[in-house]
Amino acid sequence: MHDGSKIVPGLILFLGILFAPFWYNAGTGQAAARPDIVKPTQEKQCVESTEFMKANHMQLLIQWREEVVRNGDRTYVATDGKSYEKSLTGSCLKCHSNKAEFCDRCHDYAHVQPNCWNCHTAPKESKA
Amino acid sequence: MRTDRRQFLRIAGVAALGLGLKPGIEALLGRGLVEASPEILAQGAGAARRWAMVVDLPKCWANPGCTDCIGACDQTHNVPRFEDEKKAIKWVWLEPYGRVFPEQDPRLVSAGLGNRPTPLLCNHCENPACVRVCPTRATWQRPDGIVMMDFHRCIGCRYCMVACPYGARSFNFVDPRAGLDMDKVNADFPTRTRGVVEKCTLCAERIDKGGVPACVEACKQQALLFGDLNDPNSQLRKIVESRYTLVRKPELGTRPQVYYIV
Repeated sequence: MHDGSKIVPGLILFLGILFAPFWYNAGTGQAAARPDIVKPTQEKQCVESTEFMKANHMQLLIQWREEVVRNGDRTYVATDGKSYEKSLTGSCLKCHSNKAEFCDRCHDYAHVQPNCWNCHTAPKESKA
Repeated sequence: MRTDRRQFLRIAGVAALGLGLKPGIEALLGRGLVEASPEILAQGAGAARRWAMVVDLPKCWANPGCTDCIGACDQTHNVPRFEDEKKAIKWVWLEPYGRVFPEQDPRLVSAGLGNRPTPLLCNHCENPACVRVCPTRATWQRPDGIVMMDFHRCIGCRYCMVACPYGARSFNFVDPRAGLDMDKVNADFPTRTRGVVEKCTLCAERIDKGGVPACVEACKQQALLFGDLNDPNSQLRKIVESRYTLVRKPELGTRPQVYYIV
């Protein structure tokens, strides 16, 4: 190999820089760190099971949005038969009143930027 | 049985003729119409209703300088206030009578009447021009006649603003939150965002819960009347039937549903 003395150390340096963040996180134990969200205390049960909400809350909110705005259908009947008002500020945020420590912490961790809050007001924002 | 070419063509021709006659026969029997109508009636919560508004101007003018309807609407829907007229967002607003009904001869409209402030809002037309031009169906007509806005779906192309002959639509050229006191916003209704068109929604969110529009509720003069035009027993229908009312620019065929008593 021509110039092997330059290429091989160069490759090692490149791979070292590439993998440095992974080794750093593995070394400090941050890879396993989960966002520390604050759950509501007054209510034990969300409109659906925790697993369902974790995986599908975004689809559920979009579905609510379409049904409320476009069809005027404002009542959600959950799997367990209970009825809820389809409303982000009226239902979700009544229990999850701590947007910064519930919604935002997880969204920041997952690096998703939902545009709900461009228009909808969280209770904190309107008071502070 | 053997089918030769000539016979095959004959059968195919008769079959095609029969298919072609089918819609005509159905129309003659009226079956298409009968089948469609219950479906239309069953649509949505506000089926077979037709919301409309009457503005009783003498009652309104009995309390000069009153802007209660505008204040209530702005508070309910987080409508921002900007000093700059170019940024202004209007849901309910006032114009001099002479500019609301410009087709009336100014020589016949007494000077006092021509300058009187006349409340305006979206006319919730029976044949809305804005709905026809919206490329994303962000604005559409509900079965109960309300011309609704889906702010989520609006791309800000402003075709609807060009189409609306009444100037009932406003565009958010700047972030509307700049014109709002964020301590006092109504958290039950969203603000809007930059690049979205907005207008009066006849308080669809209140009507769906059995309420009346905020402006109607706020008017102490009871100059604003809201009701179902399709209900022969509603107060609104009786007024529209018995009193002489005006609508704005009827010659355009948009069939506005805000009726003015002068």
